[in-house]
Amino acid sequence: MPEILIVAEQREGKFNRVSLETLAGAQAIAAETGWTVEAAVVGSNLDGPAQEVAKVKLAKVYAIEAPALEHYTADAYVAALKQFISSKQPRLVLMPHTYQVRDFAPKLAASLGRTLISDSIGYRKDGDKLVFTRQMFQGKFAADVSFSCDPPHFATFQAGAFRVDKAEMGAAAAAVERVSAQIDNGAIRVKPLEIFKEAKQAVDLTQAEIIVSVGRGIKEPKNIDLAKALAEALGGEIAASRPICDSGWLPMDRQIGSSGQTVAPKLYLALGISGAIQHIVGMKGSRSIIAINKDAEAPIFEIADYGIVGNLFDIVPALTEEVRKARA
Amino acid sequence: MKILVCMKQVPQKDAPLKLNESGAWIREDVSYEVNEPDAYALEEALRQKEKHSGEVVAITTGPARAQQVLREALAKGADRAIHLEGSEFVALDSLNTAKAIATAIKDEKFDLIFTGLQSDDYGYAQTGVLLAEILGWPHATIIMSIDKTDSGIRLKRELESGFFQHLEMPLPAVLTIQSGINKLRYATLIGIKQAKNKPLRKVTFAEVQSTVGPNLQKIEKLYIPQKQKKTEMLEGSPSEVAKKLVEKLKNEVRVL
Repeated sequence: MPEILIVAEQREGKFNRVSLETLAGAQAIAAETGWTVEAAVVGSNLDGPAQEVAKVKLAKVYAIEAPALEHYTADAYVAALKQFISSKQPRLVLMPHTYQVRDFAPKLAASLGRTLISDSIGYRKDGDKLVFTRQMFQGKFAADVSFSCDPPHFATFQAGAFRVDKAEMGAAAAAVERVSAQIDNGAIRVKPLEIFKEAKQAVDLTQAEIIVSVGRGIKEPKNIDLAKALAEALGGEIAASRPICDSGWLPMDRQIGSSGQTVAPKLYLALGISGAIQHIVGMKGSRSIIAINKDAEAPIFEIADYGIVGNLFDIVPALTEEVRKARA
Repeated sequence: MKILVCMKQVPQKDAPLKLNESGAWIREDVSYEVNEPDAYALEEALRQKEKHSGEVVAITTGPARAQQVLREALAKGADRAIHLEGSEFVALDSLNTAKAIATAIKDEKFDLIFTGLQSDDYGYAQTGVLLAEILGWPHATIIMSIDKTDSGIRLKRELESGFFQHLEMPLPAVLTIQSGINKLRYATLIGIKQAKNKPLRKVTFAEVQSTVGPNLQKIEKLYIPQKQKKTEMLEGSPSEVAKKLVEKLKNEVRVL
């Protein structure tokens, strides 16, 4: 019986490496509690993903298989995992906070009469109780959240909460046990169709060394020219947070964040970006981060190397001018 | 199509927030606004109604101040509203909020329920999915387009890294709506005037209390997050900070 069970993610047969972060988190919890760690993967043909997971130092990997699990649906996943978790009764079930997990994990926890602490960024051991830390109010506050029900306890970890390279690999591959799930086809109400990418991505921001990125603080579409001029002076690319692309002020392929591109340039200049979690996960790996924002409390300053509190409409033109001089 | 839109009132994006005495929640004397993804959910419901006719009902939970969210929804074109009114609702976890909503609508027959994909305050992204589970309905999350078909609906769901997926599902269903699915409308003056005469049903906490259980999770405390990095703040006039920053770009960041 595992004490910690990780549900690792695979999509269309491909292992999602963000699961390694969750595995690293589980190993850290295990080191403090002495609990055992096992992992489960859910799907129809899991040889590949199960072997990937089995490289990690774990007691065991369960490959939960059924033909109905070939393509992801919340209904089939919950049916399979509900049976499995009921039989194993782990204390803690951990998952990465991916779009797929967001789709089924609340339902899974509720179907077992339990609750899910979603989108955690860490944990803390408080006596014999585990407390999960999560961001609230768009990152302005952190909260310590605890379970007030019996186990199994469900939690998801935000991308970046733990480092992939902290996941300890095993000396030998962990044993993989196949579990066949019983799923009534009639129970699957959603019919998943093709997965696709919209218009080809014209810009690959992952290759840019310098990115000048704008957020709501830019106020009006015409002001984006100020940022473009700075990007041009620096020899960088222009990018934006989601609301700017939603409003059509910049094309969708310029979007940085969980639903856009993930970048790690030498320099990321955030102009009028408050630093909502969904944006930060897409850029926090940048080598240097400079933030200009009128709000001194903006969460972007939490991760910035250099910060300027002020009016970007005054600062950006002055900065562009100085950069041009320096380059001349 | 008869559509219910779940909408939440949240602190304004740039409102300065302070902790209350308990240290587990904020002081509530701040400015509020409609949770942004919920505004997109309402807009989508109004567009579906314009295409297929039907009714749009907005629902919210929270103290008297939360009624403003419903007034705005009615002004934009919602037909009626339901307010689960009381300060007790603020402290409910996602599951209990979903249970309270399910109880308040038990005599209604909706084809669709929309929520925004997550709230800007808690950010749990769970209430919609839990509401579907309680009602026994199918659900889909992070939806970017909705087309009615003969047998139900065809959806476009957003995946990560620029990928999407089409789905088909029967009605009734719960959908969580992604920001940017449409362009938001403004309320017109006539709309604002008409909103005053539209029906708004109030539901007290006592009316739903029997279906709400104890919260299964608890916020122990709220605090300013610890800085992950040591941020060097640059100060001065615009031209002074521009000069300082260029020095950093040359000597520290080394991109000039």
